[in-house]
Amino acid sequence: MADWQSEQRARGERLAAGSKFAAGKIVAPNDATALLEAVIRPKDRICLEGDNQKQADFLAACLAKADPKVLHDLHVVQSGIVLPEHIDLFEKGIAKKLDFSFSGPQSHAVPRVLKSGKVELGAIHTYIELFARYFVDLTPHVALSVARSADRQGNLYMGPNTEDSPSVIEATAFKAGIVVAQVNEIVDKLPRVDIPGDRVDFVVAAPKPFYVEPLFTRDPASITEIQILAAMMAIKGIYAEYGIKRLNHGIGFNTAAIELLLPTYAEKLGLKGKIATHWALNPHPTLIPAIESGWVKQIHSFGSEVGMDAYMRARSDIYFTGRDGSMSSNRMYCQLAGLYATDLFIGSTLQIDLNGNSSTVTTDRIAGFGGAPNMGSDAHGRRHPSEPWLKAGREAVDGHPQLMRGRKLVVQLVETFSEKMVPVFVEKLDSLELAEKFKLDLAPVMIYGDDVTHIVSEEGIANLLLCRTAEEREQAIRGIAGFTDVGRRRDRKMVERLRERKIIRRPEDLGINPLDAHRSMLAARSIKELMHWSGNLYDPPNKFRNW
Amino acid sequence: MQTLRFRHTAKRRLSGKKDEAIIGVVASGNLEVLLERVLPEAACEVDIATPLSGYDETWKAVVAEFVERSSPGGLRISINDGGARPDTVYLRLMQGSALMEAE
Amino acid sequence: MEDVTTSGRASWFQATARQRVEGLLDPNSFTEFLGPSERVQSPHLHLFDLPSAFDDGVVIGRGKLDGKDVLVAAQEGQFMGGTFAEVSGAKLVGLVRAARDHRNLPQTVLLLMDSGGVRLQEANAGELAVAELMRAIVQARCAGVAVIALVGGRAGAFGGAGLTTATCSRVGVSEQGRIAVSGPEVIETNKGVEEFNAEDKALVWSTDGGKNRRLLGGADAFAEDSMEGFRAAAKALMAKVPAFDLKTMQAEQERLAARQKRFGACDDAVSMWRILGIKEPEAIRDMDSKEFTELANSIKECNHDAR
Repeated sequence: MADWQSEQRARGERLAAGSKFAAGKIVAPNDATALLEAVIRPKDRICLEGDNQKQADFLAACLAKADPKVLHDLHVVQSGIVLPEHIDLFEKGIAKKLDFSFSGPQSHAVPRVLKSGKVELGAIHTYIELFARYFVDLTPHVALSVARSADRQGNLYMGPNTEDSPSVIEATAFKAGIVVAQVNEIVDKLPRVDIPGDRVDFVVAAPKPFYVEPLFTRDPASITEIQILAAMMAIKGIYAEYGIKRLNHGIGFNTAAIELLLPTYAEKLGLKGKIATHWALNPHPTLIPAIESGWVKQIHSFGSEVGMDAYMRARSDIYFTGRDGSMSSNRMYCQLAGLYATDLFIGSTLQIDLNGNSSTVTTDRIAGFGGAPNMGSDAHGRRHPSEPWLKAGREAVDGHPQLMRGRKLVVQLVETFSEKMVPVFVEKLDSLELAEKFKLDLAPVMIYGDDVTHIVSEEGIANLLLCRTAEEREQAIRGIAGFTDVGRRRDRKMVERLRERKIIRRPEDLGINPLDAHRSMLAARSIKELMHWSGNLYDPPNKFRNW
Repeated sequence: MQTLRFRHTAKRRLSGKKDEAIIGVVASGNLEVLLERVLPEAACEVDIATPLSGYDETWKAVVAEFVERSSPGGLRISINDGGARPDTVYLRLMQGSALMEAE
Repeated sequence: MEDVTTSGRASWFQATARQRVEGLLDPNSFTEFLGPSERVQSPHLHLFDLPSAFDDGVVIGRGKLDGKDVLVAAQEGQFMGGTFAEVSGAKLVGLVRAARDHRNLPQTVLLLMDSGGVRLQEANAGELAVAELMRAIVQARCAGVAVIALVGGRAGAFGGAGLTTATCSRVGVSEQGRIAVSGPEVIETNKGVEEFNAEDKALVWSTDGGKNRRLLGGADAFAEDSMEGFRAAAKALMAKVPAFDLKTMQAEQERLAARQKRFGACDDAVSMWRILGIKEPEAIRDMDSKEFTELANSIKECNHDAR
């Protein structure tokens, strides 16, 4: 007789094995490693949360202490390779296969461990690609999650750091998987239920609160005049020009400069209410002045940010907020928002080639993709029109075709050189060399040139929508590549013609004097000023408090 | 340390009354530019002291572009470079000549 | 046109030495000595393939503050950490000695400190300069010169700069300013991160920062982080400079001994502030400058001629 319940039965066996270490669902911290050895089986697909923010750090450490004779050949299917323990799993032979998305903090360790032969790499994904595969062919057998608190029934509260958990746990729980959560404390009643206890099998109160990386905080004191100049051009030459109300900012000093120029420079241009009202955005502290000045209608967030809890609680008109008053984030939904409900993505990158392909890969580091490739893409499945979307779509074609489509603006905001005199504009991406070195099927590209609509550098804006040939595209890019080798090799005559056609626009063409770009234009010039803007509700992490 | 010197003839003498100006600071990624109105007519001299070698062509291009844009005739310009990027160099030179044009 | 970098509200902390001199003094009153076009630069840095500065990171000269004649020196904390070296040190020493020796020069010297100590590449010359400067300050004070330190830059006043600051007649400091001898990284390296975590900026500033210095009496005035903040503090300090005599020195020794006894067992700044009688010491960190200045002025320990 065919057996159609084998997974449910296997789950029952794992639960029984794990229950030896639990009182109900609660497991003592000292028994955590033993629990994991009991519920996980060799060759299992496992997910240790999180990606670039919250981390199930205690469970990661416990898993790394497991006996490789008991747990081996695990297939890690998690979005973040972030903690040293994640690398340890491979060094120790506990894990063998890897599918992931983001590895920023371990970007030097990943190539090293790949070279050592201890890792069989499946693929590097974007966040939502990986989560999507959780529902098709990479469903985790065991998910190790992280929450602020749990009650005895296993209900979990995550507060603003809800992030990926709903997606990870839904896929695992409804395909006979086991869900274990580490929490800061076990309480009688939760402020709100983010994950119902039905989906949670075991809970461990970790000895220390879970770690969260303050990834989205940028100190305004580090923003340079050159970044301010590029931000001014983006605001006047793109946001105002296309009427961008719905948008997503990638993280970086250049985008932080835009956020801090809204209440000042953009205000003077009369743009309040006309741009930057609805956001898919993490809780950037640098947006506080714009929020306080009445620019923002609402924000949905992928994750949270350290120090922003009290501010968001006091601004529930702006942020998505639970019944308990604290924010609720969701990476999957916010990514969808970025794909289909915004008209512009803007972010920075490390390298751009002559087609506009961009990459953050260098030959000695692999940081993965995170969410940028999806945010920085034109979603062909979109159907509802908006003015910016239609305007961009019209610029991309000649005449008035009957079957028209709009385009989402995908803007790369860069300085021609990054630190240490490394040019951002290159003839050939380092990514190609990396692909050869590690025998990857695809050279890792963050954003493909055919999705990019504009590139902004301190030298000007290149509008790729208006380019009709590969040569025009190449010269448009060279024309804003400044003093890099790529820029110096421009065809000067052609660049002048492109400028006449407004494919290239210099600061002067936008009525901007580069010498006017000044730090005094920033609504806040320091972390302390951001704090004051927030009425002292924003509580900057200690590493930013230089006063 | 490397020293570079570029001599140009600008289109015209730089306007303004200031004899001397200094801008910038010698720090990592930054530079100090001293401008002195001491040369005859439209002559322009740019002297650079830099700890990085191999960027001669880039310096040449930046200085040439600056001379073309700003016409700094009569100025002797001396630079102490802390390893600044070319766009930062260009910005400081433009800021410096704007200071010298003050009445 | 007003220069935003030196206008009244401009940040002292983020400014350059030149911007601070211009923001502090009366408009158009400053004459520089040994200015950049004289190119009195470090004779040593090129040997290390390091760039030098036209003024070796110290601006000296004379000007007016609220109509009163002053000599001024400003250290550029962004250049080599504002460190004491052969030329930068000599400029400071020469300025103070000139005030000491010449009655016809302004008898008030403002030292805008922004230095991590001695320049390692010119260590001997730097150490010598610190020693000569401290001696010159003491001699100048004996001769009736007011030497006033203003601390609020990114490098703080560490090492020899901390010692120099403490030798001055009066000290003004902002919240961002720091005054100490051993740097946070040095303490962490030598005593371990449990003793002092140099990455924990909040900890570093609560220990070495302007608010703690003002509350303990290591600084005489608290300035807001702006040009007008430091102007106001400098003016107030210039108005009342204590005598420099044996009696004052003895009172200073007694005061330091009492301070050691009173706070010696404390593990952190918050416990010291509690002993001072401050009801909510945790609120000090985020307190604004107006409220903080009033609080500091009301505490007996902070306001004492013999610092």
